[in-house]
Amino acid sequence: MTVLEVRGLATAFERNGGTARAVDGVSFTLDAGQVLGLVGESGCGKSVTALSLMRLVQPPGRVVAGEVRLEGQELFALSEREMRRLRGPGLAMIFQEPMTSLNPVLRIGSQIAEAVRVHGGVGRRAAWNRAVELLGEVGIAEPKTRARDYPHQLSGGMCQRVMIAMAISCAPRVLIADEPTTALDVTIQAEILDLLRALRERHRMAVLLITHDLGVVAEQANAVAIMYAGRIVEYGDVFEVFDRPLHPYTQALFRSMPSLGGRRERLEAIGGQVPDPFHLPSGCAFRDRCPQAIAACADAVPPLVEKVAGHRAACIRVEDAARNPA
Amino acid sequence: MSATTPLVEVENLRKHYPIGGGLFGRARAWVRAVDGVSFAIQAGETLGLVGESGCGKTTLGRLMLRLIEPSGGDIRFEGRSLLGLRPRELRGLRRRMQIIFQDPYGSLNPRMRVGSIIGEGLAIHRLGGRDERHQRVQELIDLVGLPPDAARRYPHEFSGGQRQRVGIARALAVEPRFVVADEAVSALDVSIQAQIINLLQELRERLGLTMLFIAHDLRVVEHVSHRVAIMYLGHIVEMGPSEEIYRNPRHPYTRALLSAVPIPDPRRAARRTALAGDVPSPVNPPSGCTFHPRCPSAEAVCRSMRPPLETGRRDHAVACHVFPAEKP
Repeated sequence: MTVLEVRGLATAFERNGGTARAVDGVSFTLDAGQVLGLVGESGCGKSVTALSLMRLVQPPGRVVAGEVRLEGQELFALSEREMRRLRGPGLAMIFQEPMTSLNPVLRIGSQIAEAVRVHGGVGRRAAWNRAVELLGEVGIAEPKTRARDYPHQLSGGMCQRVMIAMAISCAPRVLIADEPTTALDVTIQAEILDLLRALRERHRMAVLLITHDLGVVAEQANAVAIMYAGRIVEYGDVFEVFDRPLHPYTQALFRSMPSLGGRRERLEAIGGQVPDPFHLPSGCAFRDRCPQAIAACADAVPPLVEKVAGHRAACIRVEDAARNPA
Repeated sequence: MSATTPLVEVENLRKHYPIGGGLFGRARAWVRAVDGVSFAIQAGETLGLVGESGCGKTTLGRLMLRLIEPSGGDIRFEGRSLLGLRPRELRGLRRRMQIIFQDPYGSLNPRMRVGSIIGEGLAIHRLGGRDERHQRVQELIDLVGLPPDAARRYPHEFSGGQRQRVGIARALAVEPRFVVADEAVSALDVSIQAQIINLLQELRERLGLTMLFIAHDLRVVEHVSHRVAIMYLGHIVEMGPSEEIYRNPRHPYTRALLSAVPIPDPRRAARRTALAGDVPSPVNPPSGCTFHPRCPSAEAVCRSMRPPLETGRRDHAVACHVFPAEKP
């Protein structure tokens, strides 16, 4: 069952008279209990996509096009008041820096209780008890005692658990996790990912997992979307995309990653730099770094079309499914 | 190990930081950031140093260049102790040892042009005249793959990867023999990270550099290191040739670290060694083996006695009572 449907989302930033589309025509769907991995390098627009869905883009940024439907409800048609009511039970979000996302002068129990009270309409005492319960659910030992701690008394991994407790306090339909483990050590990352998996299964949440780590995606996601310069360039089932990456950018990403046990003499780096969003090249934004680029790549932005059943790519160098029946 | 003198050697190196007590008061406790570390790096070798935040790896790297003063132990460079040196001698030796930092944004002076940043070391060490220095800077810019006009530009005009190239050029300007790379590629995106890793490897071979490569990413460390040392709470718990450590890890901590690395293959279900809890505070480290409270294999002896780092077969050293080094 589709919970979240995003169509043609575009978010623009203005600077000195110039306009950059940080997100440009992004479309995807998310089913209940499913995880979509949104992958890309810094500045590709993956975090702006998340903020756009939450309607939390700050000026000078602005959503300029697109539809976002949460269980059929169009988010951009809602008033700010209605939207606020939806953040929590509808869409919840956790961030990369758990330390800076928490209020340093409030006990963590109070912060979770506040989230519970805003949406749950329960009393102070009940909200506090619920906060303690939630801390237990996210795997914090002695939740009663820890609820009275301040954020600085907790490690990074514990803070992320607190953020997760807050995010799931209203049993959201969709959880957006923006690089939830990037700032954490590898053993703690593994614990947090395991926790997210358990919670997702228990609550049948849909998860949009934003990350730059293809390893994290392989472990967690059912589907994957690869972003480059504001657009999704490849999208499909996780097995499909990992078995047979179609877009030259995705292929290059795989080749440039050092892997455990797979020692090679040289990594195949992608030459050049990510283009400036205010001065994107014409046509395909990847073409000047692409080993397979031809003159026609400069003509038009390649559409994201199905190349193989259930597997889309935005590249004119990959043959379409229609012309290439399996 | 060969019979020749190693290029860099540390022996029972320690750094304890006082906490509390204020400016004149007595310290209330000590953080044992580095607590008795010994190893040697041969000329031309890259030793990878891995561990989680707070394990002491950055402190160890800085101690080796004597950027911070050790609380005990010794550091030898080409057989000479760094600790007995007078400031002048130390300054002379610093030319031979350089560091590349993690943060390409914070480690470059924003008000200096890239040319001056790269050439600063040359000026400080009075290497060559003005024209020669200028020429050398241009050579370095070329060597690390920066655009030819980089010298006249400011750091903010460059991306993260480009700035890391500036940091590398600065370190290499004075022709060091030994380079500490402290999380030098950690802040970079994968595609850019690959460029910088390749660059470091190329330069290492071309210039015959010896390196201490500090990182938390086990995949990157395996790729660049000849030997690897795993650090936990100020101690080295396992060390050996890279292939040996990655194929045949013995210490439960190393195994847990390796099993926690996400593998980019959706068909491979994660088989993780779960660790209980967080890294304990180095102020009050657990008794015996400091890893025992989180260790799935801990026995009674682990709580009372600290296991020494012992070298066994294939140059593989382990500090563990339960999985000791294999007897040679």
